[in-house]
Amino acid sequence: MLEIGLTHYLVVAAAIFTIGVFGIFVNRKNVIIILMSIELVLLAVNINLVAFSAFLRNLEGQIFALLVLTVAAAEAAVGLAILVTYFRNRGDISVEDINQMRG
Amino acid sequence: MLGPLLAAAFAGLLQRYIGNRIAQIVTTASIGVSLALSWPIFISFVWGNAHPYLIELFNFIDVGQFHSTWSVRIDSLSAVMLVVVTTVSFLVHVYSWGYMAEDPHRARFFSYLAFFTFAMLALVTANDLLQLFFGWEGVGVASYLLIGFWFQKRSANDAAIKAFITNRVGDFGFALGIMMAFFCYHSIRYDEVFTAAGAHANLMFGIGHFHIRAVEAVSLLLFIGAMGKSAQFFLHVWLPDAMEGPTPVSALIHAATMVTAGVFMVCRCGALFQLAPYASGFVTVIGATTALFAATVGVAQNDIKRVVAYSTCSQLGYMFFAAGVGAYNAAMFHLFTHAFFKALLFLGAGSVIVGLHHEQDMRNMGGVRKSMPITWAMMIIGTLALIGFGIPGIGGFAGFYSKDAIIESAFTSTAIGAQFAFWCGIGAAFLTSFYSWRLAFMTFEGVYRGAAHAGAHSPGHGGVAKAEPDPAHHDHHQAPNPDGSAPAHESPWVMLAPLLVLAAGAVFAGAIFAPYFLGANAEAFWRGVVPLRSAHAEAPAWVAWAPLGVTVAGFLLAVIFYLWNAGAAKFLAKGPVWAFLYNKWYFDEIYDFFFVKGARALGDLLWKVGDQKLIDGLGPDGVAASSRFFSRNLRRLQTGFVYHYSFLMLIAAVAFGAYAIWAGIGAPR
Repeated sequence: MLEIGLTHYLVVAAAIFTIGVFGIFVNRKNVIIILMSIELVLLAVNINLVAFSAFLRNLEGQIFALLVLTVAAAEAAVGLAILVTYFRNRGDISVEDINQMRG
Repeated sequence: MLGPLLAAAFAGLLQRYIGNRIAQIVTTASIGVSLALSWPIFISFVWGNAHPYLIELFNFIDVGQFHSTWSVRIDSLSAVMLVVVTTVSFLVHVYSWGYMAEDPHRARFFSYLAFFTFAMLALVTANDLLQLFFGWEGVGVASYLLIGFWFQKRSANDAAIKAFITNRVGDFGFALGIMMAFFCYHSIRYDEVFTAAGAHANLMFGIGHFHIRAVEAVSLLLFIGAMGKSAQFFLHVWLPDAMEGPTPVSALIHAATMVTAGVFMVCRCGALFQLAPYASGFVTVIGATTALFAATVGVAQNDIKRVVAYSTCSQLGYMFFAAGVGAYNAAMFHLFTHAFFKALLFLGAGSVIVGLHHEQDMRNMGGVRKSMPITWAMMIIGTLALIGFGIPGIGGFAGFYSKDAIIESAFTSTAIGAQFAFWCGIGAAFLTSFYSWRLAFMTFEGVYRGAAHAGAHSPGHGGVAKAEPDPAHHDHHQAPNPDGSAPAHESPWVMLAPLLVLAAGAVFAGAIFAPYFLGANAEAFWRGVVPLRSAHAEAPAWVAWAPLGVTVAGFLLAVIFYLWNAGAAKFLAKGPVWAFLYNKWYFDEIYDFFFVKGARALGDLLWKVGDQKLIDGLGPDGVAASSRFFSRNLRRLQTGFVYHYSFLMLIAAVAFGAYAIWAGIGAPR
């Protein structure tokens, strides 16, 4: 049986992190995807923190993960609120069309 | 000296309030005062036992070693100039009462004349080179103002600018000379410079590989200034055009005083020129060339004033080559006598011009003798004085003494170029006689030709059309009187009286003053102010008679061409040689091609390429264009797409992180 060590957890977290980051700028269709990707990033960081906390038998990691979770929740709420308002104003949430800040 | 300045300011600035008459009276009176003060000074040098003295007025410039004090230096040389300037100026002022009687701007004219007199007096009483230069420039300004007096005429303005700019070229050399004198001798006061030059006679001045004796360089540069001011060869082009000014201006400035400032300066710096044989040689050659050149051109001119102008140019050449061979006293004496008879000739010509209603072309004159007998007599006296008529050993008119002295000194001198100068002098004397009698015959003798030309007066008459000061007077040609004389009236007494005074000077000044300038009493008179030539071998007899011989030859030639056989003159006027002389050896055309066009081409180059392309391109326009370029390209970064921005943020974060890890930031030691 494969021994599940710290490395595995870190790799998973890294993979999720990468997927989240790419999700932010590869997608052109949907603003909600961006919000979800941000959640993925934060989640990956959480996994990382908890993994280290478990393997170093240190409680700091878990406490910090709690903090991050709180922030993620708040920020998701705000993000969705912005999204709703944006949709009300524009009628469309396609990322491709957001270029009013074009210089 | 200050009187004329104050009068000039008074008349000039208050023209409108005080009226023409008062302006004239004030300025003429101030010159009269100067005159009354100058003659006693001169007499005291001639017959009295006066010593040179110096009055220092105030410090003008005092910087480091450079001191310039406004002073009045009175010695024989400046005394001579004082009387010349004040006498001629006063007579011209009086003459102008009549000549400018109809001109509404008389006050300005008299104001300028007085200003000129002030500047000239400042020049001759200077004790250092700076005050001399101040006067030098001042008379240049006055000349510009007076030549362009009738400023409504385009040609007058052009002539004034031409005069000033040509002068300026000379002044550039002059200023360099002053600077060099200061640089080499650490002073600009005459006495200090002359003693220093003598003490360091072999001081060398060098730039790079080029070395020249300092004295030579200074003398040469100062002479270049004189070339410009006194219209010598190469820088003579302004003098004939200066005849655009009113005739009294020509008499005062361009005959007796301003143009002689150059001669005065060379004589004043005689001590320097004595030590500089090459510079003196240059002076001699230029002076001799001018004498001959101007005489040749004067032969072919049709405007009466231009003939006299070229005559002036030629006589100045005589003065310069006299100075060049070391006969400074002869040069000054010729200056003295020349002032009298040249002013006489100019004022007489003015009288003729006014009498014939502002006609200046000699081809339209003739038969004036009977209508204006006094003017005729005065002009004949002036002509005899100019050509130097006299019998060696007995006496003659004023020009005889001075001119013959010059020619003899050229013959006996061993200086560089002296023999060349001698032959030029003889040649010029011949031509002087020819053109002077040509002028006299064409103007005064024969039948009045004005009416015949009235109909044929086409614009093709070239330089003639420019001579008219007032277009309204253009066709005042009337029929001749029944006896063939010109329909002219004699000038008023206010114009004739100065002519009489000058005529007396022309006749007697030579005989009276020759011993003091040249002969036995010269030592006592000059008192070493001007270096005298050591006793030289007496010239052979033929040298003394030669001027008389060529003078008579010129007279006979003029008689043949202009008196006996009027048609011969017209025949002569058709050839290419005549055209060459008439067009002043094409100097104006050559200068125009090289200098005027060259300057304009250079200006265009600097403007289009230098200014527009280079400076504007690298400067404002370039900066503006490059900032536009950069900003346009920077703009392309601002796509407006959030995912582009977040991508860049990612890249930046990765880069920073990589750098931090590589540089070990935050790693424990």
